[in-house]
Amino acid sequence: MDATAFITFARRNPTIVAGSIILLFMTVVALAAPLIAGDPRLMNPVNRLKPPSAQFWFGTDGLGRDIFSRCVYGARISLIVGVSVASASVLIGLAIGLAAGYLRWLDNYVMRVMDGLMAIPAILLAIAMVSLNRATVGIVIIAIVIPEIPRVVRLVRSVVLTTREQPYIEAAISGGSRSLKIVLRHILPSTIPPLIVQATYVTASAILIEAGLSFLGAGVPPETPTWGNMIASSRLLLARAPWTIFFPGLCLALVVLAVNLLGDGLRDRLDPRLSRRM
Amino acid sequence: MLAYIVRRLFLTLPVMALVAVFVFLLLHLSPGDPAAIMAGENATAENIAQIRTKLGLDEPLWKQFALWVLALASGDLGQSLFWGDPVTTLIGQRAEPTISLALTTISFAVIVAITLGVTAAANPGTWIDRGVMGFAVMGFSLPVFVVGYMLIFLFAIELKWLPVQGYTRFAEGFVPWLRNLVLPSLALGMAYVALIARITRTTMLEVLSEDYIRTGKAKGVANRPLLLRHALKNAAVPIVTVVGIGVALLIGGVVITETVFNIPGIGRLVVDAISRRDYPIVQGVIMLFAGLYVLVNLLVDLSYTLFDPRIRY
Repeated sequence: MDATAFITFARRNPTIVAGSIILLFMTVVALAAPLIAGDPRLMNPVNRLKPPSAQFWFGTDGLGRDIFSRCVYGARISLIVGVSVASASVLIGLAIGLAAGYLRWLDNYVMRVMDGLMAIPAILLAIAMVSLNRATVGIVIIAIVIPEIPRVVRLVRSVVLTTREQPYIEAAISGGSRSLKIVLRHILPSTIPPLIVQATYVTASAILIEAGLSFLGAGVPPETPTWGNMIASSRLLLARAPWTIFFPGLCLALVVLAVNLLGDGLRDRLDPRLSRRM
Repeated sequence: MLAYIVRRLFLTLPVMALVAVFVFLLLHLSPGDPAAIMAGENATAENIAQIRTKLGLDEPLWKQFALWVLALASGDLGQSLFWGDPVTTLIGQRAEPTISLALTTISFAVIVAITLGVTAAANPGTWIDRGVMGFAVMGFSLPVFVVGYMLIFLFAIELKWLPVQGYTRFAEGFVPWLRNLVLPSLALGMAYVALIARITRTTMLEVLSEDYIRTGKAKGVANRPLLLRHALKNAAVPIVTVVGIGVALLIGGVVITETVFNIPGIGRLVVDAISRRDYPIVQGVIMLFAGLYVLVNLLVDLSYTLFDPRIRY
């Protein structure tokens, strides 16, 4: 794509471009963390609660740790959790949703289970799961995936229910295609555009829930810097050193905003039906 | 109508039963001995055995589940391991702050969101519309605790207009009670306002393009009654639906908001219980919140008849 084509695309889809640029930037920062930031765990009591300066761009926290380094490393957890939760819940939700939407006998049971799961507050379910197991990134991801699945299942099922009434599906059935082939070749493709949009919203929600878990002390182990546990550990320093809370909060808001902007832009492009409704 | 309500109430039973199964399995299918987990890391074998007997963990799984569900059905959520009191008593003691927070948040959020959404829809494409939509995206993206600390910093620490944290009981006066709830409600309500404002704008835009709105304009109905009486009332069903779905957002947010603002409510109760591994409280609060969510959404369904007399049950 040359420069003029890119500018035209950016003019038409400002939110997609803005969201992607922020996310790309954050991903590069997260991957290159050891190159651009110092040791996020290095404590230095002499440098306690230093305001932002040339030496410490984002200042230091109550243990004299460099907040910039911690923010940079914190991006890793947020992005890993966001992307893993989105991929896992989309894949699992897609499989369940296709099955529930296409097999009439299964539909009722599956949807009641999803109703039950949806009634449980996501953050409470996740906290309970994490606190019962050893808190690792993997457990945190699983704990967030489970409450996210019903949203994906509902979306996929609703698309399947409308798609399978289309004449071309009837044609495929009368042509003698097997059920599995009909689902995979003829129904699956129409679920993809709304799923891509949904995946961005799941990512945003997963990043927020992970931050909430870390904030409540039920997230990944506290030695690993995350934006949520940085804010939690500086809670009592708000009046004396607001930068200890401001910068991780800003990072968190920026990443979630970027994901949401990308999602809104993709929705307008990929799913005009949905964009008129929301 | 009454028959419908009864039938719907019965239909909530399987959902609640499933929630009960999830909550039960959550504890019992986790790797490791639940009694050992609850006793904590420094527990002696004796402590663990004590907890096991106290919670009936020696019994076969099906029997434990049956006993738990029977107790649930009679409104017994078990006893707290830490406090020793019944979980229902503990929840009752901490209900006032949480109910206050929820009510102030819902009332402020619904009023603000509908005003924003209607204003945006009445001026589509203008800077007002874009401002409201921009605010909505921001509202979805800012975590409750980040908003909370920013509000505390600005309005409590710098400007000193409002108290930093804490809760004043309603019995001690309306004004101090409300002053303590302003910032938490704003923080908690942010995402909720965004959600409702967005659906209000979209639905209003749809309704405003209907023929009867054009007819209303043609016969000279003034702008305000046209928007509020003719358009908003017809846009109410999707809006109320989202108000109900959004309650899930609020319930999750309450747990964090009460921690940020140090409010001694049910959210704090459950967070403290988790760090103390006091699982009967955790299970009880999850059941309670899930029940509330199901109930609110039932009420939402029933409220449709108020806004649209064509809907009959």
